[in-house]
Amino acid sequence: MILEVLSWALLGGLGLALVAGPLGSLMVWQRLAYFGDTLAHGALLGVAAGLWLELGSGTAVMLTSLALAGLLLLLQRSRALPADTLLGILSHAALALGLVALALTPGARVNMEALLFGDLLTMTPGEVAAIWALATAGLATLRWRWNALVAITVQEDLARVEGVSVATLKTVQRLLLAAVVAIGIKAVGALLITALLIIPAAAARRLARTPEQMAAIASGLAMTAILIGLATSWWLDTPVGPSIVVGATLLFALSLAVRAR
Amino acid sequence: MNQPLIRLRGVSKHFGAHQVLRDVDLEVTRNRILTLIGPSGCGKTTLVRIALGLLDADSGSLTRSPGLRVGYMPQKLVVDPTLPLAVGRFLRLAERDPGKCRVALAETGIPALWDRPVSALSGGETQRMLLARALLRRPDLLVLDEPVQGVDVVGQEALYKLIGDLRQRLGCGVLLVSHDLHLVMAATDEVICLNQHVCCHGTPLQVSRDPAFVALFGRRTAPYEHDHDHSHP
Repeated sequence: MILEVLSWALLGGLGLALVAGPLGSLMVWQRLAYFGDTLAHGALLGVAAGLWLELGSGTAVMLTSLALAGLLLLLQRSRALPADTLLGILSHAALALGLVALALTPGARVNMEALLFGDLLTMTPGEVAAIWALATAGLATLRWRWNALVAITVQEDLARVEGVSVATLKTVQRLLLAAVVAIGIKAVGALLITALLIIPAAAARRLARTPEQMAAIASGLAMTAILIGLATSWWLDTPVGPSIVVGATLLFALSLAVRAR
Repeated sequence: MNQPLIRLRGVSKHFGAHQVLRDVDLEVTRNRILTLIGPSGCGKTTLVRIALGLLDADSGSLTRSPGLRVGYMPQKLVVDPTLPLAVGRFLRLAERDPGKCRVALAETGIPALWDRPVSALSGGETQRMLLARALLRRPDLLVLDEPVQGVDVVGQEALYKLIGDLRQRLGCGVLLVSHDLHLVMAATDEVICLNQHVCCHGTPLQVSRDPAFVALFGRRTAPYEHDHDHSHP
């Protein structure tokens, strides 16, 4: 029984870590850390909306996250505010609005700790299947358009002149990020999901000579962090989500000892 | 018959209330180098972006010859330090065949830099790498935005000579942006002096003697340099 719980947790975590590698690398290169945070904070609003509309919480969080990513893309295109100011407003507004909406929801019994810090150990087989479906589809999409994604990261105008449809590609990447954030909240929580995307990628930087190596190494390190986190949680009885992020941070600290390539 | 590769007619552009371009005509043909020159803020880069289709004009028309292949060399390349990227991989963003990439790198004179990280390149090496990527497109038209930026004087001359040679060899048209006519004098066939609108237009010698050009830049050969405020009837 215990072993079964642990193996579903492990399987779900590893699927998430796998897709987090390349997606997190793109986030680091394109400076999207704050974008990810905003999406994650929006999850709270999603949970409240789910209760109001009597939708499943997973579905509601996913829809809110995708809608928020779309809204951000539109607002950024208008350039009325600097990108980080815009994200600062939306990120905290979503968090606050979510908390207020949850308080106003009659009979809401939300496990706030699980929402903010994750609860990998209550992962159901259905949820694990959803993670692997998303991870597989996500990796396939990233692999298919990888060269173009790196090209727009390096020089957007140049890529456009060479025929890359930048707007479409950016939209696809951000929506994929929104979906992974939404589904990853179950594992490490709304406050820590960006960490699982960013920290392994940052740690992989010093070990990699090419963008592809960095993405692959980031996946490997994220999976290692999942193992470290689950093991720590198992033996020391610590909360899983934070333990995973501590594991990732440890790997990052170790990577600093490696001479930059 | 030398049909224009690209033709702009009556192009105007505003950013908010600020007019950046007013009724600009421009034509680039095969085997010719056209230089756009003007002070900073004169609309050079905006005009180039419109010619490339990266930006829409408010009014006016843009005609490209059918099937036109454009090689573009942007003004700046800033690669985030978190992205590990070597020269060879940079070129393979545009062309999957590494053999062709190596040929292009050799053509711009830096074949040995294949494995060098992009962040470790000098100004001149970066420009040559960007030029190699533009060549990978087998361009009919090369668009070069300030191609000698961040390059020392000796390197600038060599780079202009390389651009001239490439034009000869590929038979392509070249649209060049520069802020200094005297640097590009020898390398260009035709000059458009731009300051929101076309101030003057002709061979480098004609333009350098045009009162409108002198008013903008001062006369280099005069015993003293003086600047007038820019005015037109």
